[in-house]
Amino acid sequence: MTTRFRRAAGLILAMALAAPAGIAAARPRPAAPADEEAQIVHALSRLTFGPRPGDVDAVRAIGLEEWISRQLRPERIADGALAPRLASLSTLSLSTAEILRGYDPPPALKKEIQKRRAELGDSASEEDMRKARRDLAAEYKDQMAGPPRKVVEDLQQAKLLRAVYSERQLDEVLVDFWMNHFNVFAGKGQDRYLLTSYERDVVRPHAWGRFEDLLRATAQSPAMLFYLDNWLSTDPNANVDDLRRAMAEENGMRPRRGNATGFGRRRGAASQARPPQGQGKRKAGLNENYAREIMELHTLGVDGGYTQKDVTELARCLTGWTIVGLRQNDPRFVFLDAAHDHGDKVVLGHHIKSNGIKEGEEMIHVLATHPATARFISYKLARRFVADEPPAALVDRAAATFRKTDGDIREVVRTIVTSPEFSAPAYRQAKVKTPFEFVVSAVRASGAEVRDAGPMAQRLAQMGMPLYQQQPPTGYKDTADAWVSTSGLLARLNFALDLAAGRLRGVSMPSRDLPAEQLVPAGLSDTTRKTLAAESNLDPARMAGLILGSPEFQRR
Amino acid sequence: MVSRRFFLKSSGLALVAFGAAPRALVRSVYAAEGGARRQKTLVVVFQRGAMDGLNVVAPYADPIYRRFRPTIALPAPRGGSREAALDLDGYFGLHPSLEPLLPLWKDGTLAAVQAVGSPDPTRSHFDAQDFMESGTPGVKSTEDGWINRHLQCASPAEATPFRAVSLTPTLPRSLAGRAPAVAMNSIREFDLRPSAGPRVASGFEGMYEGAVKDVLHGTGQETFEAIQFLKKSDPSRYAPSAGAEYPRGRYGDSLKQVAQLIKADVGVEVAFTEIGGWDHHAAEGGVQGQLAQRLRELGLSLAAFQKDLGDRMQDVVLVTLTEFGRTVHENGNRGTDHGHASVSLVMGGGVRGGKVQGRWPGLEERSLYEARDLAVTTDFRDLLGELLTRHLGDRDLAQVFPGYAASPSKFPGVMRG
Repeated sequence: MTTRFRRAAGLILAMALAAPAGIAAARPRPAAPADEEAQIVHALSRLTFGPRPGDVDAVRAIGLEEWISRQLRPERIADGALAPRLASLSTLSLSTAEILRGYDPPPALKKEIQKRRAELGDSASEEDMRKARRDLAAEYKDQMAGPPRKVVEDLQQAKLLRAVYSERQLDEVLVDFWMNHFNVFAGKGQDRYLLTSYERDVVRPHAWGRFEDLLRATAQSPAMLFYLDNWLSTDPNANVDDLRRAMAEENGMRPRRGNATGFGRRRGAASQARPPQGQGKRKAGLNENYAREIMELHTLGVDGGYTQKDVTELARCLTGWTIVGLRQNDPRFVFLDAAHDHGDKVVLGHHIKSNGIKEGEEMIHVLATHPATARFISYKLARRFVADEPPAALVDRAAATFRKTDGDIREVVRTIVTSPEFSAPAYRQAKVKTPFEFVVSAVRASGAEVRDAGPMAQRLAQMGMPLYQQQPPTGYKDTADAWVSTSGLLARLNFALDLAAGRLRGVSMPSRDLPAEQLVPAGLSDTTRKTLAAESNLDPARMAGLILGSPEFQRR
Repeated sequence: MVSRRFFLKSSGLALVAFGAAPRALVRSVYAAEGGARRQKTLVVVFQRGAMDGLNVVAPYADPIYRRFRPTIALPAPRGGSREAALDLDGYFGLHPSLEPLLPLWKDGTLAAVQAVGSPDPTRSHFDAQDFMESGTPGVKSTEDGWINRHLQCASPAEATPFRAVSLTPTLPRSLAGRAPAVAMNSIREFDLRPSAGPRVASGFEGMYEGAVKDVLHGTGQETFEAIQFLKKSDPSRYAPSAGAEYPRGRYGDSLKQVAQLIKADVGVEVAFTEIGGWDHHAAEGGVQGQLAQRLRELGLSLAAFQKDLGDRMQDVVLVTLTEFGRTVHENGNRGTDHGHASVSLVMGGGVRGGKVQGRWPGLEERSLYEARDLAVTTDFRDLLGELLTRHLGDRDLAQVFPGYAASPSKFPGVMRG
């Protein structure tokens, strides 16, 4: 995939190298060499979601190296202050079954909602729409634990609150990276109810582990199986009745907890095993979607040397990797032998003998340990932590670490963030923040208090980065070219002004002044400094708004 | 006071003058000439996710089509019934969700080009979109987009900040490059908080003007110029014309705003919009289903746009693009997987409509691309090349599509004259 990223490279590298010119480190302290301070500021800007007031001193006190190695071991960092902030986000700790029971409207309610929407038609007045929404809310309150949207809203708010307040900052950065790498779109059908468990039980536990474990966990997660359609993919010659029967058995084999459907009492009944959502008309057949994306996006990269034939053959290996229990509100991964294509396959030159679930597992091992994967993952990590066009020598070393350590993610990240390239002055302030990074870093820098992160999430949607709602499996881009635009910049300036003026709902600003050195410890350019000086009699809120909207604050 | 700086895109790579005529004069120029030199506009609709062209302009009369798509093929036309394809020419039928466009087909202002696509074999959404937007299939190192290169090679003296505008939260790849282009979510939101006051505004301008070595500098300049320009022309005062009812939702909104900008004479030469959700691996369906739902929103939006613009539609051509088509065979889930060629719709003034254009390659196995997909017979660059040449008067396609010999002999012939 390397060459693709080279596209914007000329421009971005030129700007990356040009950016630090004229930017002086803010207030170098006599006690420490100016460069030590600059290195701390840089590390904070890359390994956290932006420095908070006091962070630079705190890192200096324990030493930069020590601070980095602590961040690489997030499980040892106390993070007790975070939990109370997440307490009201009640769906975060629920199992998928509990979420589905509490928030996925039962078919009768769904039908009622559809009926009312149809009655309203396309040209209903705003007032009618509002009334319909109010009625709906009441309906949910009566029949459900809450409206369906609460599940994703809780996730969005938790993501923002963790990014702002967690002490395990590098952990949050890395989880964000993997959630984007293994993107799942909340807007696709049942996925809105599956994402909570996906982030909590699939991505977070493996974020610092072996890449192969993370890959397998995503491959077997209901969220991914649903999102990229693999749960529907079967041997084209499979017998549909056999399939239904097998699914029914899978559903019946496990004792049901709190079964609202009564399915357990009629175990084995084929008619009960129909998959939900109009899949009743389903017939046997291959679906290539996941097989393609696991190679293109999750492992090898688009230039990783696979062919259309490899996609089809891998899809055949993965037939039978499916979900049961969706209709019974308890979705889980199973391997369904009846759906599996039992012929032999050849993928990427590997001859795969008919071997059930082991074929897919073998291929996941092949993909996870493929040199192209080591390179692709290292490249993406280096791009996140160093520069849009990361230095080739660094990517090489990180890829070597990947291969040597059997894909140990912690060691690959360590190779990158402790490298000389990482702290090279040429790369300071070289990355343009994504909207998420901008919003969170502005709140952190200003020491604002977030009571309700919902409005921040809404702003991100307007900036083109709605959380958990990136539809294509590519995830969001991590390069400047994707985020530098007129409307994007305007949205940032307005966010800066609103935040500083205390006009962002759910967020209160500290009453004290916010000096430029606190907001942009990496330093301001002469132009920005002069501009601010010319407006020095502006009130503190407008002043802070200007600083948070400055070119320097858009970078990290 | 209008400065030249807007025209000097600041990447430092190129200082190309895009013309220095005071833009504030533009509207009065148009007004004075009473429409004699009316602005021509190309509206690009990018359907992200790879639309299944075979179920949009469906070869219903081909038995292979029915055989390969046992559950999702559109039924043959039944006297205009919306439970079947709507007949176009006895062989192809329009998806019934696009019924709002049928009047345009009949009055000859809407055409379809079948089997359009990219020669590159990729079935990656990401790469295929990238290639279609850069305009250079197979070449990943291209820095700018095809629309931007068109803007670069034909630069009118009176260009405005809205010469190229995208109704998207971020600038699409097609518009990236050194010629200025504006991305906006909505006209209404395109302003700095008024409560911040003029000094904050001038403060921001000062900071971004000074940041000359920064890529953000150019964007900052374009933003502030565009804000001022938009305030003067105030497109939000144009309510949709009578009878033009845009469907609720993001896509209808974005086309409505393109119409507002065109009617406000802000000098729009190319407008870009996008509509996602076409990747129907499952439950795509036939007359009903996910494709039907997306098409309904698209069809209503395009029909409303045409009504809204009325006579102004004479100067507008709209074209739909999608990164590739989908497999001729349906898959196991009433859907289709990634394929090759798809269909483009072209509507507006000067369009040779009422006809399915492009060479139909057929669905016989020997005609299929890699024995599974509809073959490409019209390179998307020939379609776009024709629109740029015959509608916008571009005379340098070699620059717009480097490495490709686009030529009138290969144009699909979708424009008159």
